[in-house]
Amino acid sequence: MLPIIQHPAAAKEFVNDPNRSRWHDQALWFVRSKRDKQAASLPEWEYLRETASGIKTHTIANLSHYLQEFERNATARGAIVHWARDAEHHNEIVLRILQDHKTHRIVKSKSMLTEECGLNHYLEDNGIDVVDTDLGERIVQLRGETPSHIVLPAIHIKKEEVGDTFHTHLGTDEGASDPKYLAEAARGHLRDKFLAGEIGITGVNFAIAETGGLVVCTNEGNADLGTSLPRVHIACMGIEKLLPRQRDLGVFTRLLARSATGQPITSYTSHFNGPRDENSELHIVLVDNGRSRLRESETFRAAMHCIRCGACMNTCPVYRRSGGHSYRATVPGPIGSVLSPTRDQNSYKSLPYACSLCGSCSDVCPVKIPLHHQLLAWRGELVGKKLLPVSKRLAMRFASYLFRFPALFRMVGKVGRFTLRVLPRWATHHRLNTWTIARELPEAPKETFRDWHRRHRDH
Amino acid sequence: MTVALFVPCYIDQLYPDVAIATLELLERLGVDVAYPDGQTCCGQPMANTGCEADTAPVARRLVDLFADFEAVVCPSGSCVSMVRNHYGAYFDADDARFQHVTSKTYELCEYLHDVVAVTHLDVKFPHRVSLHQSCHGLRELRLGQSSESMTPRENKVRKLLNLVEGIEWVEPDRPDDCCGFGGTFAVNEADVSAEMGRARIADHCGKGSEVLASADMSCLMHLQGLIRREKNPIQVMHVAQILSGRPLGAT
Ligand code: SF4
Repeated sequence: MLPIIQHPAAAKEFVNDPNRSRWHDQALWFVRSKRDKQAASLPEWEYLRETASGIKTHTIANLSHYLQEFERNATARGAIVHWARDAEHHNEIVLRILQDHKTHRIVKSKSMLTEECGLNHYLEDNGIDVVDTDLGERIVQLRGETPSHIVLPAIHIKKEEVGDTFHTHLGTDEGASDPKYLAEAARGHLRDKFLAGEIGITGVNFAIAETGGLVVCTNEGNADLGTSLPRVHIACMGIEKLLPRQRDLGVFTRLLARSATGQPITSYTSHFNGPRDENSELHIVLVDNGRSRLRESETFRAAMHCIRCGACMNTCPVYRRSGGHSYRATVPGPIGSVLSPTRDQNSYKSLPYACSLCGSCSDVCPVKIPLHHQLLAWRGELVGKKLLPVSKRLAMRFASYLFRFPALFRMVGKVGRFTLRVLPRWATHHRLNTWTIARELPEAPKETFRDWHRRHRDH
Repeated sequence: MTVALFVPCYIDQLYPDVAIATLELLERLGVDVAYPDGQTCCGQPMANTGCEADTAPVARRLVDLFADFEAVVCPSGSCVSMVRNHYGAYFDADDARFQHVTSKTYELCEYLHDVVAVTHLDVKFPHRVSLHQSCHGLRELRLGQSSESMTPRENKVRKLLNLVEGIEWVEPDRPDDCCGFGGTFAVNEADVSAEMGRARIADHCGKGSEVLASADMSCLMHLQGLIRREKNPIQVMHVAQILSGRPLGAT
């Protein structure tokens, strides 16, 4: 079982380092502003979101039909389709393919699914050398960290820190922090890795049932580089990545890049339709890992619409302040806080509360997942399962009585306001009163509105 | 025909002048206002924590208390959103009294804009003002256009404030970032909440605003707590106070 994550504690260090938290907030806000400009430049933006959401609803409702259609068509094109129940099964399938080809080195383009399955560790434990070829992903890999964002894996790291990491691992000049210089160094380093890679592993952004083809979107072209030299390409995808028809794709590629990074289109949108030639192999691993269970839930099913654009993270005021690692989950931010408890309610029970319910994520999401309503729904589920601490449940029980009996409410209010007025500051503003760690308490008035109303309006 | 004034618990206890200003404003505009005795809270603290069983009786009380009025007006967007968008869980869909209350509960600015259709106010407020758009007012009640959404919407709060003479608008960089209050979130996630609030204040203050105005006093309670602690040169005021002609610093 996983340890229980307490988001407030996990966020503390990041948010209370004003330099880091503010800089992180600014960096992500910049991305969101770019997204706003791009969204505003399309008069049909809201129509696209509506259409995308409709396609997803339809696909998820008929998922087994489309998965079978996909398997048929992909196989007809010469791809080998594998089905994985869960993360472990997925990792075994990948390892088996590697062992069948006696491969010890793989190059991998960024894939949240393999991250979700813990593939890197699994392969490394089995003696395979894994190189992440996405620049951000490579940075966190060299640092022994995990990505803190699904699109911008190294967004939490400052360029000076990247300089230090590269100095240690790639031998760049000490103290160098010029992004151009560092990117150039990384490119050289990765070029060698690309040349040495024996098998390329990629994620999948979209799979198309009608054609049996796959689409991978990157900005660095690393998916193409990683799959054009090796003879074997393994594409790993969650079963929700499916689209029914080729012509649905345009709706999603238009939304994806704009929502993710504020670009009109990703630099590379690569289509893979079967293996490259008769000497090559394309393996497609279709992974469930809890998705069928999620699909059964009426409340949370729409979370399967997610195209992993990361827009909800960029816009989330909590994520921007607390950083992706504070969620201790492969997918952080609003969508991560919806998905993680579907895996393990007890371990991730603080995540649905790591949200002020501002609703910005729901408005930004290109596939219209009602994220903040789902987070609220999660709270109800957690309380129903008695996973909220007793102290909090009792406080709410007490509040409920207070609000049901107006005389009690007035009396407690009176005592409270009186106390607030007469007690010395040290008795009300201390570390046990969480409100007052950073804020002053309101000044208590002598008279409530009700008292005033009695004096002035009731005759 | 009489509308009922709903004064949320925290406004009743801590910010009575916001309710007084609301009442006076409605009366001045010719609205017949009653204040039903025995009202407390909409149940939001419990509902937002997920304690649905503790919310239900509070929600039913509120509906009972207000069902016989033509409409309910409340100077707090998030409480209105609670009644309008989240009460469904606690009632049968065909419960007529519930349907009446949930569809006839208005946020103050929304009521003034949509129902009373105010076009004239004889008040002055010659100060530099910036608007804090509350998230629930914006994204749950759609009192204006959220910056993420590309669906054009009128900004009702701002349109009303534009009827006041002398307001000099100050525009923050981020028009609708969350202030970090979020009900029990402010206590649960105290560090993140405070940092979110400080960022809002810095944005408004940095642009030279004297008054941070909002239609949601709960956001302002949290922001005011931070402003007082950090001694920022800015004050908070509820929109009702400005619309009813209160001078600077009424909160
Ligand atoms: S939930 Fe929506 S906004 Fe968030 S990553 Fe998924 S598609 Fe993007």
